[in-house]
Amino acid sequence: MPGSSHKSLEAGPEQLLYAKFLEKGMLVGLLILLITYAIYLTGIIKPYIAVSEIPKYWSMPVAEYLHKANVSPGWNWVSLLGYGDFLNFIGIALLAGITIICFLVIIPTLWRNDDKVYAFLSLLEAVILSVAASGILGSGGH
Amino acid sequence: MTKTGKMSLIGLALLLSVHIIGGQGFCDTSGVSAEVSGSVAWWVWPLVLLVVTFIMGIAAVLGGVGGGVLFVPIISGFFPFHLDFVRGAGLLVALAGALAAGPGLLKMNLASLRLAIPVALIASSFAIVGAMVGLALPTQVVQIALGVTILGICVLMLTSKKSAVPDVPKADPISSVLRIYGVYQEASTGEIIDWKIHRTWQGLVLFVVIGVMAGMFGLGAGWANVPVLNLLMGAPLKISVATSKFLLSITDTSAAWIYLNQGCVIPMMVVPSLIGIMAGSFVGVRLLKVAKPGMVRWIVIGMLGFAGLKALSKGLGF
Repeated sequence: MPGSSHKSLEAGPEQLLYAKFLEKGMLVGLLILLITYAIYLTGIIKPYIAVSEIPKYWSMPVAEYLHKANVSPGWNWVSLLGYGDFLNFIGIALLAGITIICFLVIIPTLWRNDDKVYAFLSLLEAVILSVAASGILGSGGH
Repeated sequence: MTKTGKMSLIGLALLLSVHIIGGQGFCDTSGVSAEVSGSVAWWVWPLVLLVVTFIMGIAAVLGGVGGGVLFVPIISGFFPFHLDFVRGAGLLVALAGALAAGPGLLKMNLASLRLAIPVALIASSFAIVGAMVGLALPTQVVQIALGVTILGICVLMLTSKKSAVPDVPKADPISSVLRIYGVYQEASTGEIIDWKIHRTWQGLVLFVVIGVMAGMFGLGAGWANVPVLNLLMGAPLKISVATSKFLLSITDTSAAWIYLNQGCVIPMMVVPSLIGIMAGSFVGVRLLKVAKPGMVRWIVIGMLGFAGLKALSKGLGF
């Protein structure tokens, strides 16, 4: 029988590979998030929006916040990484992006094990998540 | 103690101290009054959020629910944050919990990647649709729908049955072609459980609805995943719970990106929530040995019911 779909108490190689990347990505993402948030709170790097001003924005609908705070949606946060608040987006993006990497890394293993259906499904999932991440489905609030 | 648990607890301690010291530091250096909304200093809400999500994390574990399902109705009902940001943070909270649990569950072979992938394709695609629809609808409409959904979850928690190992006489054609089956050892008895699933297409159709709701409300969807995987598709309860938890890491990733790209993520809200709920979940797992889960479950249902009514009343403008 092809692939790792035979019945075993042990997880298949693609599942273990997925778990390995997921664990590493999660730990790195969480660590980065903790560090950047500490930098943000201590004010070592100046934030784009002063922390004392944030309560003015968090009760607004997102479109109003983006307009009044002059923040561009989508991937424009990358251009604001020099600010303490937007620095936190590195860890957030890593946590939200690690699953895409996990699906991509298991495709060769699935393919090698003649599990072509799951290799295709994994590729499809990576494409769907990448489309969501790309921002092409619209950005900018309502 | 796991690496994630240690990191969460260290993070909690760090954030508590930095919030207090940093809060004062900002006020001192900026020269700006800390009082912005009423008489509440800016750092009070994130600090309260950290404490509340920590308690929520404990309650979620003991009550057997995901953090997201408690987070969105409670935080949107009782905190000054707009629902758009609460849903964005709620998805990231549910995602972080799933990412933390996922690797261990996959390694133990309790979460099944073969079961999760076809289901995740449907759920994550429709979570994108749900997120886009949820962000396009007027806030009041989403708030009313959220209230109704939360009250529905309470009913589901009160009435749904669970089956440790459902009887699946024959695997259906789809699950046979996809070879969705496996074995696991029941730790309490040492018994080897051979499992397979049926009613796959019916399950996949229901995951369309689950995906839309997860994306629309930012709830996570463990409350719906488990009954469908267990009672409808016939996966054993342990496999269903573990696969559902792992599944959230995929479903919530797609919806989280939509909220992130729409600008619905404010780090000052998200990070304390993530740390609080992860640290709380870790403590909750420890307390599980001594707590009475039955009683906690009733408290969680009560909390959800109250939060559901609050969301409903907020949406209806009462």
